[in-house]
Amino acid sequence: MTINQSGWRPTAPEASGEEIGTWTGNRALMLEEPLSFEIGDTQTTGVDFAAAPNGESRLGGLDRHRDIGLAGLSEPETVRHYTRLSRQNYAIDLGIFPLGSCTMKHNPRLNEKVARMPGFADIHPLQPIDTVQGAFALIHQLGEWLVKLTGMHSVAMSPKAGAHGELCGLLAIRAALEARGDAREVILVPESAHGTNPATAAFAGYRVENIPATEAGRVDVAALKARLGPDVAAVMITNPNTCGLFEPDMIEISRAVHEVGGLVYCDGANFNAIVGRVRPGDLGIDAMHINLHKTFSTPHGGGGPGSGPVVFSEALTPFAPLPFVEKEGDRYVLVEEENAEAEHGRSFGRMTAFHGQMGMFTRALSYILSHGADGLRQVAEDAVLNANYVLRSLDDLLDAPFGDSGPCMHEALFSDRGFGGDISTLDLAKALIDEGFHPMTMYFPLVVHGAMLVEPTETESKATLDQFIGALRSVAKRAKAGDASLKAAPIHAPRRRLDETLAARKPVLVYKEPEQAEAAE
Amino acid sequence: MRYLPLSDADRSEMLRVIGAGSIDALFADVPEAARLGGKIEGLPDHASELSVERQLGALARQNVAAGDVPFFLGCGAYRHHIPASVDHIIQRGEFLTSYTPYQPEIAQGTLQALFEFQTQVARLYGCDVANASMYDGSTACWEAIAMARRITRRGKALLSSGLHPHYVSVAKTMARFTGDVLEHRAPTLTAEADLDTLPIDAETSCVVVQYPDILGRIADLSGLAERCHAAGALLIAVVTEPVALGAIKAPGEMGADIVVGEGQSIGVGLQFGGPYCGLFATREKYVRQLPGRLAGETVDAEGKRGFVLTLSTREQHIRREKATSNICTSSVLCALAWTAHMTLLGEKGLRQLAMLNHAKAVAAADRLARIPGVTLVNDSFFNEFTLRLSQEARPVVRTLAERRILAGVSLGRLYPDDGEIEHGLVVAVTETNTQEDVEALASALEEVLA
Repeated sequence: MTINQSGWRPTAPEASGEEIGTWTGNRALMLEEPLSFEIGDTQTTGVDFAAAPNGESRLGGLDRHRDIGLAGLSEPETVRHYTRLSRQNYAIDLGIFPLGSCTMKHNPRLNEKVARMPGFADIHPLQPIDTVQGAFALIHQLGEWLVKLTGMHSVAMSPKAGAHGELCGLLAIRAALEARGDAREVILVPESAHGTNPATAAFAGYRVENIPATEAGRVDVAALKARLGPDVAAVMITNPNTCGLFEPDMIEISRAVHEVGGLVYCDGANFNAIVGRVRPGDLGIDAMHINLHKTFSTPHGGGGPGSGPVVFSEALTPFAPLPFVEKEGDRYVLVEEENAEAEHGRSFGRMTAFHGQMGMFTRALSYILSHGADGLRQVAEDAVLNANYVLRSLDDLLDAPFGDSGPCMHEALFSDRGFGGDISTLDLAKALIDEGFHPMTMYFPLVVHGAMLVEPTETESKATLDQFIGALRSVAKRAKAGDASLKAAPIHAPRRRLDETLAARKPVLVYKEPEQAEAAE
Repeated sequence: MRYLPLSDADRSEMLRVIGAGSIDALFADVPEAARLGGKIEGLPDHASELSVERQLGALARQNVAAGDVPFFLGCGAYRHHIPASVDHIIQRGEFLTSYTPYQPEIAQGTLQALFEFQTQVARLYGCDVANASMYDGSTACWEAIAMARRITRRGKALLSSGLHPHYVSVAKTMARFTGDVLEHRAPTLTAEADLDTLPIDAETSCVVVQYPDILGRIADLSGLAERCHAAGALLIAVVTEPVALGAIKAPGEMGADIVVGEGQSIGVGLQFGGPYCGLFATREKYVRQLPGRLAGETVDAEGKRGFVLTLSTREQHIRREKATSNICTSSVLCALAWTAHMTLLGEKGLRQLAMLNHAKAVAAADRLARIPGVTLVNDSFFNEFTLRLSQEARPVVRTLAERRILAGVSLGRLYPDDGEIEHGLVVAVTETNTQEDVEALASALEEVLA
């Protein structure tokens, strides 16, 4: 029996032995659903159109005659198809989503409502600027909040997601260095960094070198200082770091990097832990992206869209990308290619078409105004409190590699040390799925063996945490006992473990009709 | 604060379990110099739902919404009718509030939808495979150029003059840092693009051509594809208006090696430029060079079909600095909207929608071209065409906006200080435009030009 906090108890003994199959393959509310291509056809549509007026075609003789192969469904079938699919997803709306480094907090529905106001959702990015003053006012207002919350000098709003923000920061750094005739080649990245950090540095044309971590899970400051030199363009540091710890030597690190003429990039993915309590600008940082889809609760949507505004120090501000919004009197103007020359001639250029993720800006500002300065500070405090509660409710059972070095920030890190038999972090994670929870981040950061990174966020109640902790204690005990049945988990999810090796060895990335697939064999 | 469930009693009890005397003790690692004693000054405190809705509603009302006026803007973002059920589907909490599908056993909904999306994109573009979305068309375009560099091991890209200037700008920004050489010319107000004169040579990695192009012109890409392939270069086609492909040949059919574009027209809406949905498709043989997420089919331990994220050894979280791209979060919810809208349309609906757009655009072009001082630049177009006005178009657009008519995009905004082209006005006409809209634009334009 698993624990059940809601008080419900089965009225009959649990069934044992083989599961009884059904004709449909469904299991009551767990419904199987084919692909749209298997239930729809090219002659069905769920949209009615007025007849097109007759007239000559001006398509340059390029009319598309060949079948496209797009299956259609009527509206009721479409709604049912995607509703049935939706039920095979775990989501924050269903329970805690404790993915470390991902900050999966509640998504307030007010934010969805305001983003859909026609004055925001139904305006074109190239409308004359006098017809979109409210949109620019919103972007400007959000930008001011971000600058004040971070204690930085300016903000670039256009980056489309966190990794795009990293790129924005590094390009500004590179432009600044080149402007002083000091092209440098190397970016230093701690071993514990998100994979996007080294990938971004390489994408921006830099060579990446790793900095080791100390036994206490922090940047090895001595090793970092030893490596600093005239070839180092910047260090990219995540703070709080991916072990869930604040870098106490951050000010010293920034000073050392600046002394050798380098710049400091901060990965702001973990800003949720310190918003309202610490301003990165006070730590000597030159550029930091902010994931609006983490700290400021724009919904993650199964993998985006995100939004990654970047705040800059005074030194990097002249190199910020185009376009941006400026206030002139009570009117907002857009600085883009045509009018950038005079005052913003050192901008490194444009990163994306148009102005960035407006739909995320409206949601984030709605979230920020709802919380206010007092509420945002409370966000960081509750996020850190929840993580420490998880850490201290489990560290007698699960190995917490940095548990002795003091409190964690917004996420609690555990390792697989002490697991029995050949039970792995993956097995434990899959067993949590059977308990009705989304697992924590697995095998990240890379510096900890079998890492499990739990980020509860501030929007989880104590009761939810207690239930999650209870479930995690139960599966952790089984893992330590080497319970081989964990290898079969999950057994209650819509699918058992999926064969990822097969998927990668023989990639099937698009649907092929059976006859087409056979012909291809 | 309505979003924070902990009570003060909870907080005290939790601090006791942790063994900390206060919340401040949990922030002990923060250096003294960086600790904020209280809340940041000059910022307001929390506000009720009613109050926030009122504040943001006031800002929204300062904008002229496209649906409230005759509206003809395009150039990379198009206004189409989106069925109500699309927004309903993407607001299902199971889609809206889920993460990237790292645990496939409890993310089959997103994964299967992405597999459908990839299939639809590949078929629409006439390609073998597609990925699970990029940020938008402009960033997808640069990623395609970078991919062509990896495949051909050459570093010179030729951008046709018809490529959206923002896409050109993005590519130029990136090329400045990667060392790629880009060649590009601004367009001229002519019926034909410059495809025949592109100087493809043995150093060319790719030719990037927009279809239909920034002026709305449509050109057969087959000959260009042959010239590219003869020189060992790739042809990249960029499609900013996916609805067009319900009417005109797919770039893949004409030999394009990589087809990328903006998906916004289908399911996503205008949204002042974002979030949008980048589409990215290519040949099967280049699949391991693709950037971004890929959903792939497999089986579970009981042999049931299921879907997973696959070929992730291309990606940053595995390959780090050797990844094909740094992209992580992309645009999955917009991809879901796209796929739901495309499923509602089906091939029949998409073709009807495309023909309706084209017919309305043809009628509008003919009407507007009858105005003294206006000539139609295009011989061919889909739902967007360029007019040459007898005077500079920017002030005309502004004057018409004052009369609450959003007339189109003046090319002077996109190509400042470029002389002749500043007379260009790009007008997009979709199923959302009525005959009254066109008439209102025509008569107002006639007055302004008189």
